[in-house]
Amino acid sequence: MTTADSTQAEKSKKSTSSCVSTQAVINLTLTPEQKIKALADMWRIRRFEQQALKFYNQDKIAGFLHLYIGQESIAVAAASLMNGQDEMITAYRDHGHALAVGMSMEECMAELFGKATGCSKGKGGSMHFFAPDKHYWGGHGIVGGQVPLGLGLAFALKYKKIPACALCFLGDGAVNQGPVSESLNFASLFELPLVIIIENNGYSMGTSLERSSSIQHYLAQRAEGFDMAWGLANGSNYYELRAKLHEAMERARSESKPFLLEVATYRYYGHSIADANAKKYRSAEEIENYKANHDPIILWQKQLLEEKLLTEESITAIDEAAKKEAAASVAFAEASPWPDPESIFSDVYYEVDQDSEAGRTGAHFFSDRV
Amino acid sequence: MPVIDYKTALNQAFAEELTRDESVFLIGEEVAQYNGAYKVTKGLWERFGSKRVIDTPISEAAFLGLGVGAAMMGLRPVVELMFWSFAYVGFDQIINNAGCVRYMSGGLINVPMVIRGPANGGTNVGATHSHTPENFLANTPGLKVVAPATPYDAKGLMIASIRDNDTVCFMENTLLYGETGEVPEGSYTIPLGVADIKREGTDVSFVAHGRAVLTALAAAERLEAEHGISAEVVDLRSIRPLDEETILHSIAKTHRVVLIDENKPFCGVSAQIAAMIAEKAFDQLDAPVLRVTALDAPAIYSMPLEKIQLPTSERIIAKALTLF
Ligand SMILES: Cc1ncc(C[n+]2csc(CCOP(=O)(O)OP(=O)(O)O)c2C)c(N)n1
Ligand SMILES: [Mg+2]
Repeated sequence: MTTADSTQAEKSKKSTSSCVSTQAVINLTLTPEQKIKALADMWRIRRFEQQALKFYNQDKIAGFLHLYIGQESIAVAAASLMNGQDEMITAYRDHGHALAVGMSMEECMAELFGKATGCSKGKGGSMHFFAPDKHYWGGHGIVGGQVPLGLGLAFALKYKKIPACALCFLGDGAVNQGPVSESLNFASLFELPLVIIIENNGYSMGTSLERSSSIQHYLAQRAEGFDMAWGLANGSNYYELRAKLHEAMERARSESKPFLLEVATYRYYGHSIADANAKKYRSAEEIENYKANHDPIILWQKQLLEEKLLTEESITAIDEAAKKEAAASVAFAEASPWPDPESIFSDVYYEVDQDSEAGRTGAHFFSDRV
Repeated sequence: MPVIDYKTALNQAFAEELTRDESVFLIGEEVAQYNGAYKVTKGLWERFGSKRVIDTPISEAAFLGLGVGAAMMGLRPVVELMFWSFAYVGFDQIINNAGCVRYMSGGLINVPMVIRGPANGGTNVGATHSHTPENFLANTPGLKVVAPATPYDAKGLMIASIRDNDTVCFMENTLLYGETGEVPEGSYTIPLGVADIKREGTDVSFVAHGRAVLTALAAAERLEAEHGISAEVVDLRSIRPLDEETILHSIAKTHRVVLIDENKPFCGVSAQIAAMIAEKAFDQLDAPVLRVTALDAPAIYSMPLEKIQLPTSERIIAKALTLF
């Protein structure tokens, strides 16, 4: 058995059986429309990213492009549980979360193309998508650096007495960053409504879990060192994922207690498109095994077919709609203008942007202007 | 007007703002029950309680990031660093998160936070505790940096900084905490980006920030008494935004300038000001722009030597005399 496969197998042993998850109230109350929407949302992410990959290879998109393909169920399940006041933050593998919380493909694709119509006006790029109006706080490029921010989101919720939780995502490699440990201790000590979700895809760039963590099997077990509750979930099982996430989120909302949830998952592509070693640190069989046996979209589709909520035709229609939307987002991005050179100097200081008294006082910029 | 010390002036600013605005809170190591490592937050925990004045574990990255996250959500954190030297373990949170998140979100987010604490050498605590990172911080577009020299400026600038909607790095100085001056009761603000002429003069301009302003003032007195040279002292107060006009005005009057800076010289604050003067006031100058900075080595421990490592009146006077 390959490394990541054994991890996955171990994980499923400890995680709730799918039968129990299906019976979880949070899943029993799901309407057929909601179940189908979840499938559509996963396809939308996958098709969006496949278009992005295509245009990255045509030099329309630059820099890094970290694809979420293979992990789509996680962001979709989490977003489906947000109550309108819950907050979300993640790392640089952020397209899936952005689409899941309701950002449009158009603004996201335009951002990848570096256009003025992008969600960050072409100032952030792939790793930095934000939508505060949708309680989505990014999109962060420094490994682990978003976790203290997630701590702050949870702190603000508690401070304002809002009965909601903050969802903070990170990778299996990010778990080893110092500020992550600081944040776990802090969240536990101050009883903050923070749900930290480790998307364990088995690798941090080319480094397998075996080569990065002293605790090999359950990264979430580190929570014990901070007197924090933890759990495991199988990313390929949508019902289980939702049940586990819901439990953690409810606990955070009602008891104001943090939770560390580790989700077993897998990424199909390289770390980023610029990852020339993508096939060297893991075997082709390992990747194929995941695609064939653990794909979260295919498995959820199968489940819905069994529940007779879908037909082969309706599946095709969902996928076609996602492909069409993704293609349209490319057309939108292509047709959009580049940002104005003067925009280099906006969105640096709030007070300057507002042209307030404070923004007009003193020199804020020291270079030539364009 | 009441005469109080610098740390009491800051304390009054916090009390005013904690009272005025529910979204303001103080957070940091020992700020609450211990009353602050330098007693700047004395009595505030007793008065405002644990929700508003918060002791943290020793986790600078976590609580700096917590401040950024809470500020993104509309709160107004005032984060104390026991020393600015300790910011380095949390620098990512300041530079990448507080400094860049507005830009990277295309202006969707702002971070109304104050990060504050002492940033100075001169107290024989060795290099690790004597850093003056105002130049690093001011090198990050998105951050603002202020360094008040007097109790009056400290209170007014602190209230303005807390009300500012961008992140302000507030550089204090343990050697200034006990300095006294006249400070009005109640609330007032001093805008960021406005320098102050602390002494009028006609022959040479001294430009400084923080404690170097006091050193410059002492040097100016002696220069006048011993050499009949009249120095004008320009206190920057705010480093970014920078009041370039007041500096240029002073040079247009005196035609000579010495920059005095407890920061190190290489890419230090005074280096930026020197470049600005060269670009914008070249024709006004009758002599080269000179600098008196911290001597360019890590802060030394040894008591007599650390005294001369920072700018002294003697060095300022000697430098000024070469201009005539
Ligand atoms: C502080 C920091 N160090 C290193 C990097 C470079 N880097 C980017 S992603 C990454 C791997 C992270 O892996 P993991 O946390 O497992 O997340 P995944 O990419 O698998 O989603 C590395 C080393 C970085 N961006 N930031
Ligand atoms: Mg990983």
